Amino acid sequence: MSQLYEGKKGEKVLFMGNQAIARGALEAGVSVAAGYPGTPSSEIIENLADVSKEANMYVEWSANEKIAVEVAAAASFAGLRSMCTMKQNGVNVASDFLLHLVLSGTRGGMVLVPCDDPGALSSINEGEARHFAKLLEIPLLEAGDFQEAKDMLKWAFELSEEIHNLVMFRSVTRLSHASGSVELGEIPHTEPQAKFVNNGFILDPLEGPIVSAPVGYKHGLQQDKLKKAEELFEESPFNTYVGPENPEILLITSSGATLYSREAIHLCNAKDKVGLLKLGTTFPLPSKLIAKHLKTTDKVLVVEEVLPFMEENLKVLAQELAPEVGQKTFYGKRSGNIPMTGELNPDLVATALATLLGDAYSPQDQEYQTKAAQQVFFNAPVRDLTFCPGCPHRASFWSIHNVLAADNREGFVCGDIGCYSMAFLPSGFSTLKTLHAMGSGTGVASGFGKLGQFGLDQPVVSVCGDSTFFHSGIPALVNAIHHKSDITMVILDNSGTGMTGFQSHPGLPVDAQGNESPALDIPTICRALGATVEVCDPFYPYKTQQTFHKLLEAPGAKVLVLRQICALSPEKKGKKQFEMSVDEDVCLGENCGCNKLCTRVFRCPGLRWDEEKKVATIDEVICAGCGMCAAICPSGAITRKEVA
Amino acid sequence: MGTATLTKDPYNLIITGVGGQGNVLASRVLGNLLADQGFSITIGETFGASQRGGSVMSHMRISAGESWSPQIPQGQADMVVALEPIEALRVLHTYGHPGVKVISNTRSIYPVGVISGDNKYPSMDELKTIIEDLTESVWFINATDAAMKLGNPIFGNIMMVGALAKTGVLPIDRDGFEKVMLRTMGEKKTPVNLKAFDMGAEMIT
Repeated sequence: MSQLYEGKKGEKVLFMGNQAIARGALEAGVSVAAGYPGTPSSEIIENLADVSKEANMYVEWSANEKIAVEVAAAASFAGLRSMCTMKQNGVNVASDFLLHLVLSGTRGGMVLVPCDDPGALSSINEGEARHFAKLLEIPLLEAGDFQEAKDMLKWAFELSEEIHNLVMFRSVTRLSHASGSVELGEIPHTEPQAKFVNNGFILDPLEGPIVSAPVGYKHGLQQDKLKKAEELFEESPFNTYVGPENPEILLITSSGATLYSREAIHLCNAKDKVGLLKLGTTFPLPSKLIAKHLKTTDKVLVVEEVLPFMEENLKVLAQELAPEVGQKTFYGKRSGNIPMTGELNPDLVATALATLLGDAYSPQDQEYQTKAAQQVFFNAPVRDLTFCPGCPHRASFWSIHNVLAADNREGFVCGDIGCYSMAFLPSGFSTLKTLHAMGSGTGVASGFGKLGQFGLDQPVVSVCGDSTFFHSGIPALVNAIHHKSDITMVILDNSGTGMTGFQSHPGLPVDAQGNESPALDIPTICRALGATVEVCDPFYPYKTQQTFHKLLEAPGAKVLVLRQICALSPEKKGKKQFEMSVDEDVCLGENCGCNKLCTRVFRCPGLRWDEEKKVATIDEVICAGCGMCAAICPSGAITRKEVA
Repeated sequence: MGTATLTKDPYNLIITGVGGQGNVLASRVLGNLLADQGFSITIGETFGASQRGGSVMSHMRISAGESWSPQIPQGQADMVVALEPIEALRVLHTYGHPGVKVISNTRSIYPVGVISGDNKYPSMDELKTIIEDLTESVWFINATDAAMKLGNPIFGNIMMVGALAKTGVLPIDRDGFEKVMLRTMGEKKTPVNLKAFDMGAEMIT
């Protein structure tokens, strides 16, 4: 998709939201971009990395989000434009540095792009980065469609330079991962020079050393910057109003909810009654603009995802403005008209709007709906989340589960974020018993491993992916080793950030821009830290189980690296290592002592149970040819043949 | 450019299937095909938390003018392209109505609950009857088997695009498809995709 860089001004293209954001950064002349992969944010850095050489940019996947912000901040301190991207959870990781950065201020334009995931479509929480804008006291921008995603990001850099502070540009899954038509602007061709000037007076924001002290003074300065942003927001073209002069209801919305709101007004056929105030600048709120619109009506419906962030800020403002605009009635999340959790859609907004208009909104033909619902209930088996066919994690958890079951001391596994989070489901034999932030599996295990003095005698295991190991697994392991915590950490090394699409990390011999890079060896690091370390291939379950069992018995912090490349990795995708087959004469079917171990328990999507013949079969469309099922079949009926 | 017209505005298309079947690619190709003709397109994608095995859906809004929401309102799909038959049924439940059209692949992909023996998967004959009853018109094609003959089941998605073109519900054709392929896939991969497109079209009678 070379349109990202080569597309000319005025050209109309179909861009994914994240591509529009990347193009906006290019049109802003950004020099440095850093991030940590996380759905739905990852494609921004990926797209920029692809064109980094032509665009004279430096782009990296940093080891974690805090470091990504630090790397981008350095560029800003040296006078360059820079940005960093992450999913909502990443801002939590970065917040320690961010709280200092917003006091010390920035020089070259710097934009933080968090992508939130309302509805947790690919997350295990639906936390919001917007609240950090308030905590950090920095301007917050939210694009309402794909065109704005590009245009507004470019403007975010100008704003940052105007107030010399960080600006937050928040996206959501349905913008980042949706696509829409975008008209391109110009990419500037300049050669910015980096220089870190640090010899000026300590209070000189552009030439002095960069520190957050004196805090009282800098904090005041920071709030002045925010005030300045609010003034600029009053005239921002990203705040728009469509509708009658005196609407029956004023609908105030922002971000992805803008598209739902527009559609809801259409669905309710309420263009003449409902005014749509779309805000692109959502913190701080432009008070004069809000006052102007509040004057036009008495009823206000606030539509946003997920928590009532804008709603609560609007209410504070409306109270302050009450002498001028009068008392208003607000509808939204606190009134129960808009759900407090999950993502929105046109139907939810239309339902809320119809209620306020005194109508009922019925989206579907009732008779049809009932008939279809019955058919789905009786005939459409649910598709549970599952590890891919050929996934090394299924094999890893097979071994972990079996050893812990055989050990019989109620051992358990503490997990964290990655494809392997699914191990709390039957797909991973329900092996995972705690699941929180990245790196937390090992941190929590480190705590459990010290509870022996209080009588805890269950074996404690943690799992951690290779990218997560570098992100936040290392400090947790350091903690466990130093405190002689009795844990076995299993590092599931599938050679890439599998869940988000194989972004590079410090363990790989290549960086985001495709340059050769020194790969840091995980077993060597763990040994250097002082752990006992073993390395196995999870596709050889007996060796793996033997080794895991041995480590489980030893005291202190031990590490088992289970290394097998992801089935979807570019090197492996579509290439089978083994051609699998079932010998129907050997398969004992339901009479086998295993009672269909392969399909009933192992549950790989590449296997099927032939109801007529009462034997297992291989689904050649699905099977990835990993060979693992041959290793688990007790009758030796499943065989593997190396593919030449 | 811009001379073609839609039978309905916005025209709402859903492409559905199981992760790994090339659903997202199919929606990109179609989106580009229609955008090239000057239509305003919005595509919303469900990226499953599992890359393979989960239900996946792309919502496409095709309009001569406006940008629409990346989620189609309930009961408002005009056409459903299903790479897996049970997913067609699942989509009809939420987005169907008596006037909806469907093109469905006939090769099933079993959910793990079916593999493990916890759930049943209906026979293709039963499924056909159910889907026919819930649609105005429906085409069933065995795209996966045809794609296997072409060397890889993944071509099933492009066959569905070819089949969609042949139904004539949208202003898309082979020339436009070729242009998009050359731009996005390059000269090497275009011929085999054109072949898949043609094979898909031939299966619509």
